[in-house]
Amino acid sequence: MTTTTKGRFGRFGGQFVPETLMTALQELEEAYDKYKDDEAFQSELSYYLKNYVGRETPLYFAERLTAQFGGPKIYLKREDLNHTGAHKINNALGQALLAKRMGKKKIVAETGAGQHGVATATACALLGLECIVYMGAEDVKRQALNVFRMELLGTKVIGVEKGSATLKDAVNEALRHWVTNIEETHYILGSAMGPHPFPTIVRDFQRVIGDETRQQILELENRLPDAIVACIGGGSNSIGMFYPFVEDQDVALYGVEAAGHGVDTGKHAAAIHSGQTGVLHGAYMYLLQDENGFVQEAHSISAGLDYPGVGPEHCHLHDSGRATYVNITDDEALEGVKLLCRTEGILPALESAHAIAYASKLAKTMSPDELLVICLSGRGDKDVHTISSALGGDLA
Amino acid sequence: MSQLKEAILKTTANGDKAFVPYIMAGDGGLEKLQPTILRLQELGVTAIEVGIPFTDPVADGPTIERAGERALANGTTLRKIIETLHGFADQITIPLVAMTYLNPILAYGVEEFARDAQAAGIRGVIIPDMPLEERDIVHPALKSEGVALIQLVSLASSSERIERLTKASEGFIYAVTVNGITGARQSFANELGEHFKKLLSYTDTPVLAGFGISTPDHVKNFGTICDGVIVGSKIVDSLANEDWATIEDLVKASRVAPVK
Repeated sequence: MTTTTKGRFGRFGGQFVPETLMTALQELEEAYDKYKDDEAFQSELSYYLKNYVGRETPLYFAERLTAQFGGPKIYLKREDLNHTGAHKINNALGQALLAKRMGKKKIVAETGAGQHGVATATACALLGLECIVYMGAEDVKRQALNVFRMELLGTKVIGVEKGSATLKDAVNEALRHWVTNIEETHYILGSAMGPHPFPTIVRDFQRVIGDETRQQILELENRLPDAIVACIGGGSNSIGMFYPFVEDQDVALYGVEAAGHGVDTGKHAAAIHSGQTGVLHGAYMYLLQDENGFVQEAHSISAGLDYPGVGPEHCHLHDSGRATYVNITDDEALEGVKLLCRTEGILPALESAHAIAYASKLAKTMSPDELLVICLSGRGDKDVHTISSALGGDLA
Repeated sequence: MSQLKEAILKTTANGDKAFVPYIMAGDGGLEKLQPTILRLQELGVTAIEVGIPFTDPVADGPTIERAGERALANGTTLRKIIETLHGFADQITIPLVAMTYLNPILAYGVEEFARDAQAAGIRGVIIPDMPLEERDIVHPALKSEGVALIQLVSLASSSERIERLTKASEGFIYAVTVNGITGARQSFANELGEHFKKLLSYTDTPVLAGFGISTPDHVKNFGTICDGVIVGSKIVDSLANEDWATIEDLVKASRVAPVK
């Protein structure tokens, strides 16, 4: 594809949206450019991140997990300890503060697992903004607890029955809502995807993960890690973690896609692995699709990774070879959940369990004098019903 | 001048207004495409917008989205639509305009699409998720085949942007009448007259109004402020119900002289 516009990462990204949204995107870009270096804005954001979210999050040496493999020293970046239980709050709060400065009183958002929805509902309650969240009807069922949390927080949750009734369809509805209510509404997109400037804004609000990790590992080990592993749906925790390390060529970066039932079964969410590229939700990216350009349904046990595309900056890091993209099946992720529970007493989100599972494989190829960091993007309390039923239990 | 623009100017030269119905190809089966197009042609429509179904039609409201889902369930694809049109292209005397999201064109191959579309009677293309800034992806290929690339202009666009869009748009300018998605509306904003005056002042290319136009009164009213209308959801609904009387009334409303 010809690269004519700003907002590209190599050949990926762009602004593939209806004309009505172009003005809103331009407004957003201008506002973001103005506030990203604005001291008052940044100090307000830092205040809330510290006193409300609970940052910085620990970089925790996982001693028993390390001993399990006899390989590298393994550290966990504990995003699961954030208020609301995942990294999503970093971006939701940042964008909600931005919306407020832009004079927008209403917020719309999409959510898959519900973590971004809960984070957005939380930020809106905190800042007195009206909030509507679109969520695939399938996900409403899978993540009933998060639906209830959002409603308690005063957010209106609208189930989307169309298409595959998952994250992709929730994004479609959120975009439609935004087009129709453009003047007073800001769309808080939850992942490092969508049209420019969203992939950049989300990355910048999530880079606090990587910035802290870098500083912490230097304090703890006096050097940078040898490898970093993070899971990828749209790719927000991973790009936030990777970005501050991209120039450090000796730090290997691994993004873990969801292989669902297996990448050869047609039931997976490994867009980069598929090798196909296309346009969806405003961006040119790796995309699960058929030969007619129709977008295919993704599958993953983890609702947060259940998305047929992947953020454009990751697509570019794959093309350039700077990051390596691998994948982990549903079953392997469940093993990752059990492993972390039993070695460290930490219940990871199913999304993050993909990173744990891949790190287990990677650790076996590394030596004891090396350092491995895993981004533990969220906690697994929201997933206990899914995990129970996958393991043959009947918690209901 | 593109054949599309020529056809619209021919209509408006008589004092009539352009009337462009939107149909969803494959809704009710692809075998309906030929009789539907030929009957609309007989009714005297200016051009026909042929909708290509897509899995993620973010610019469309519920009526067209559901029609698209029905078409997809029938196995309709861009390739099959073009093949079907090609089969009776010699009977088509009015320009066809394809409305498709970008990804099916990319999957088809941009050059191949431009060539095959032209051969199938398609004289214009509307891509609702491809803004002006990205048009170079398809514009050179379409241009070399003489297929017009139509830009949508929204109410939310700035004056500077409106000027660039109207000047770039080929065939006609698709003026979106509401902030939102496709689908029937009860009412329109009062400032529309000023908006259309501005659009017309930038260009000699015809300006057609679309989104939400669903009654003969809407057709007549927009006829007083621009060169014609595009009617989508109402046509799609009427075709699904085989209600041709409603379609005829809409077409008649675009005529100044009464139809005999």
